[in-house]
Amino acid sequence: MPDNAQRQLPESRTDTPAASGLEKTRAKTAWLFLAPTLVTLLLIALWPLLHTFVFSFTDASLADLSAYRFIGFDNYLQRLDGEWVGLLTDDGWWRAVRNTLFFTVVSVTLETIVGMAIALVLHQTFPGRGIVRAAVLIPWAVPTIVSTKMWSWMMNDQFGVINHGLMALGLLSEPLAWTSDPDLMMASVLMVDVWKAAPFMALLILAALQMLPADCYEAARVDGIHPVKVFFKVTLPLIRPALMVAVIFRAMDALRVFDVIYVLTSNNIKTMTMAIYVRQQLVEFQMTGYGSAASTLLFMIIAGCIAMYIALGRVRFDAE
Amino acid sequence: MKKFFGRLAFAVLVTVIMLYAVFPFYYAIVSSMKPASQLFRVDYFPSQWYWGNYVSVFREQPFAANILNSVLVATSVVALSLLLGVTAAYALARIRFKGRGLLLATILGVSMFPQVAVLSGMYSLIKALGLYNKLPALSLSYMLFTLPFTVWLLTTFMRGLPQELEDAATMDGASPWVIVTRIFIPLMWPAMVTTGLLAFIAAWNEFLFALTFTLTEDVRTVPVAIALISGASEHELPWGNIMAASVIVTVPVVALVLIFRRRIVSGLTAGAVKG
Repeated sequence: MPDNAQRQLPESRTDTPAASGLEKTRAKTAWLFLAPTLVTLLLIALWPLLHTFVFSFTDASLADLSAYRFIGFDNYLQRLDGEWVGLLTDDGWWRAVRNTLFFTVVSVTLETIVGMAIALVLHQTFPGRGIVRAAVLIPWAVPTIVSTKMWSWMMNDQFGVINHGLMALGLLSEPLAWTSDPDLMMASVLMVDVWKAAPFMALLILAALQMLPADCYEAARVDGIHPVKVFFKVTLPLIRPALMVAVIFRAMDALRVFDVIYVLTSNNIKTMTMAIYVRQQLVEFQMTGYGSAASTLLFMIIAGCIAMYIALGRVRFDAE
Repeated sequence: MKKFFGRLAFAVLVTVIMLYAVFPFYYAIVSSMKPASQLFRVDYFPSQWYWGNYVSVFREQPFAANILNSVLVATSVVALSLLLGVTAAYALARIRFKGRGLLLATILGVSMFPQVAVLSGMYSLIKALGLYNKLPALSLSYMLFTLPFTVWLLTTFMRGLPQELEDAATMDGASPWVIVTRIFIPLMWPAMVTTGLLAFIAAWNEFLFALTFTLTEDVRTVPVAIALISGASEHELPWGNIMAASVIVTVPVVALVLIFRRRIVSGLTAGAVKG
């Protein structure tokens, strides 16, 4: 990424001593222009991150954040009365980690498939395409809390339109409690998330499709190659870089998911994610130290997932 | 014949996509216009124009204040992010200096930050600044995601502008500040509208910080207010009010998104695909 836009600077700038002076002045200007942004980011990103990290080694409580002791790794793991306790032995935490990973893998996969299908349809020419392309933006534009409440109402066990519709179609014999039946909760959450995020995926994939050269499709058509084969042999490899980046953006969002699940199923253990676990410890149980330890692990797990994905998928952010 | 069925199947597919995208919001509008007694019946079309829910949502909680809070927070976040972002983007897009690549990567990294990872640190920062349960707490904390994203997007856009203009201005002895304010900002305004709109939507929708850093009803933003609308018991949620509130806060956003559709799509793809 950094290099492509560094257009050729005029030759003279690098040759004469005056030019290198100019270069220095410009570098100084650059830092001056960056200073307000960097100071702000240090204050609101780095400082809270470090502070959270420090809190994780203390017994701080939300009620009084100024009085705390350093307790080393006790929040993570300690031996108490002959037993190992701490976050690393906490089943609730590991269940939250598993839920989050499950949610991420399933939601991102579904969103990629649905998004791809929508993008392929919208890439065709047909009357009214503009309207459909606009309509597809609506789920993305609806605030997450609102879309969650809308679906929550549609999934209502007694009066919801989903049960009503499915029963009218004969697909269900009795209404399901989508948001309160522990076995259905995760499916419900996924349904809402896919509805909201698949259009975003579709937009990114569509943008990539529109950049593809038309001539290789022309050639494939002339040669009479089956469209499905064209898709897997031509389209998919060509849009792969864009797809990988879109997937990573979605995965980042899914790994930190909080609002959809918190509003739809509250603190239920069946759908509790890492973010919900952390907030429960920090705010509801007021355990700043323990919650910060979970925060720190969450950060490391997400960073690890992303690093692994980039390494395995050989994602190149600077690919053009 | 085969062609006909192909077309028919395609038309069905388009209709399904259309319904899938539009129906939930449409159904929310239909539900918002039903009195409580009729909510227990499923209707696919509005049977009457009933505005009672729209009145009671304002009467039963300070919803007008909540909307004003959301507008104030989102506007201030957008203004600050654009102001800081455009100067930073100029430096990152137009000036070559040591550490630029690393800086850009860091800023991209921060824009993907999981907010919950800084929750307790941010909480203590806000307490220390005396901002707990005050709107500036939200303005400040939202910059965590809007600022890096703004810088990143504006840098991408600014690189697309021709270098010649700037060279000509430099020859004439214009200072970088003059170049930014007189040349780039006028050229950049479409990009700034796009970026500002995306930042506005992000701030308008934010939930975790708003839920954690505010306490009283009158300081809540719209998403928190809607999430916390409650009835006498869990089974008696006032769905009519919730749907009315949802429609009120969603219509402006949907309208904006549809009006600026092309710009928003270009912004999203510039941020992600090229990113």
